[in-house]
Amino acid sequence: MRQGRGHSSMPLGLLALAALIALLFAISMGSASLSTAQLWAVAQGQGELLASTLVWELRLPRALSAFAVGGLLAVAGALMQVLLRNPLADPYVLGLSGGASIGALAAMLVGLGGFFVSGAAFIGALFSTLLVFGLAHGRGGWSPARLLLTGIVVASGWGAVITLILAMSPAERLPGMLYWLMGDLSYARTPWPPLLLLIAVCLLLVPLGRSLNVLARGAPQAAALGVNVRPMEWGIYILASLLTAAAVTTAGSIGFVGLVVPHMLRLLLGNDQRLILPACALAGGTLLVLADTLARTMIAPEQLPVGVITALLGVPTFLFLLHRSR
Amino acid sequence: MTILTTQQLVIDVPNRLSGTPLNLTIQPGQVWGVLGPNGAGKSTLLHTLAGLRAPRSGSVYLDEVPLAKLRRRQVAQALGVVFQERMDSFPATVLETALIGRHPFLSAWQRENSADYTLAEQALACLDIASLSERLVNTLSGGERQRVALATVLTQDPAIWLADEPTNHLDLHHQSAVMELMAEQAKQGKSVVMCLHDLNLAARWCDQILLLYPNGEAKWGPRERLLTAGRLEALYRQRLTVVEVNGAPVFVPI
Repeated sequence: MRQGRGHSSMPLGLLALAALIALLFAISMGSASLSTAQLWAVAQGQGELLASTLVWELRLPRALSAFAVGGLLAVAGALMQVLLRNPLADPYVLGLSGGASIGALAAMLVGLGGFFVSGAAFIGALFSTLLVFGLAHGRGGWSPARLLLTGIVVASGWGAVITLILAMSPAERLPGMLYWLMGDLSYARTPWPPLLLLIAVCLLLVPLGRSLNVLARGAPQAAALGVNVRPMEWGIYILASLLTAAAVTTAGSIGFVGLVVPHMLRLLLGNDQRLILPACALAGGTLLVLADTLARTMIAPEQLPVGVITALLGVPTFLFLLHRSR
Repeated sequence: MTILTTQQLVIDVPNRLSGTPLNLTIQPGQVWGVLGPNGAGKSTLLHTLAGLRAPRSGSVYLDEVPLAKLRRRQVAQALGVVFQERMDSFPATVLETALIGRHPFLSAWQRENSADYTLAEQALACLDIASLSERLVNTLSGGERQRVALATVLTQDPAIWLADEPTNHLDLHHQSAVMELMAEQAKQGKSVVMCLHDLNLAARWCDQILLLYPNGEAKWGPRERLLTAGRLEALYRQRLTVVEVNGAPVFVPI
């Protein structure tokens, strides 16, 4: 529960180790399981062609995508919770995933695929962000409560539009749409954009960690201690939205990671954002790598939506931790 | 030595048409008590003095520089605020909370060093909560949380204290202890401005008094001139009687 005087390397080291193990697990599991020896051979560039294709072109990119998406969602969730000073906030609470879903589903409805679905999702996410931003700003004051309410109302609006699109869609397109809505990493092509974004954000947040700690105590307190509250709040909002948009664009709207990972870590590690934010990147990534590996192996050759697995893994773990802590 | 002054300052209270322009000079070593009925604008005045709220007109100066021209961080290095209400959506330990007071003095890349920890630990000891340092703030009683808030500002160690009802929720002993702490700060050359509801604490511990009336009028000056039964009865619209205890006036409502 308590961290010592800035000794945060120990939990981060353990989480990094867990992430590495999860990635190795993801690479070795699948229709053709690879042994440690085979993996070692592939890593040295000597494996059989099939094994090295599996690793380098299929499993590793997908596992890295899952890691990046999980990390982005967890960091975005932690930021939203600090911004809104509401422990129930998650990356989607402000309607962003709804906007992205409508973009993606509309693209699928007219028969577009691949790149266009991702592009449309990204545009939808940004549009929703700007819409909530504009509406919450409105005339006069702005407050976390107002932003939260605006976001929730916009999100339910998107919910209705999503149902409308699903109702209008021809039956053969429905499974793809539903998978997208529940999160599906088979849309992920290259892991690099989300992965680089995740690394950049973790570095960017290092100098901001203490200010975020102060901001978590409330806006007046933060202002009295020298934080420029308003620019900081908008900055966090835009950043968290961008992270979520990148995650949603890569893998559809995967629930739960952004809500539960930050809280799990707070229960275990305390509430210093300087530790929690990088820990979220690692733990969120690890959770999604494991969930995606299970999603594609449990009923192979069929795949499950990864959002189902994150919830099935996350709910009991979270409830256990919550129950254990006071 | 930091001096807080105001020139023609009118605070912005909603639905109030006008107010006495305040020309205050808060000197090092002074302890100011702000008195007035609910809604007179005591907290608003304090927040305006801290630069957290724009005045309707006039300005606040920190060593002759307008507050609006300073960066928040510079203001926070000189001026500490004890708030009346506080939010703790996310639990933090008492020690972590007090350490937040060092925020204005650390660059973005710095972590708190052992000197900062020492300051925070001394502040906790001073407010009699050293034994709670590892407790989560949201598990504390109201009075303990009040002392954590005071310890945070003590860790910040500002030249000017702006305290909104610093004795809120405190028991009799800790009320006196906190008032002694404020007096001690003033003796060290700091200045203290606090909103108070307890006239007798004001009578005993403040040397300057500012009376805020619900219509925006204000009167200020040395305690002896301002703290009279007549003025206070008009201020609170409450009959009072004054008794002398150990040579000091004690106000009792009747």
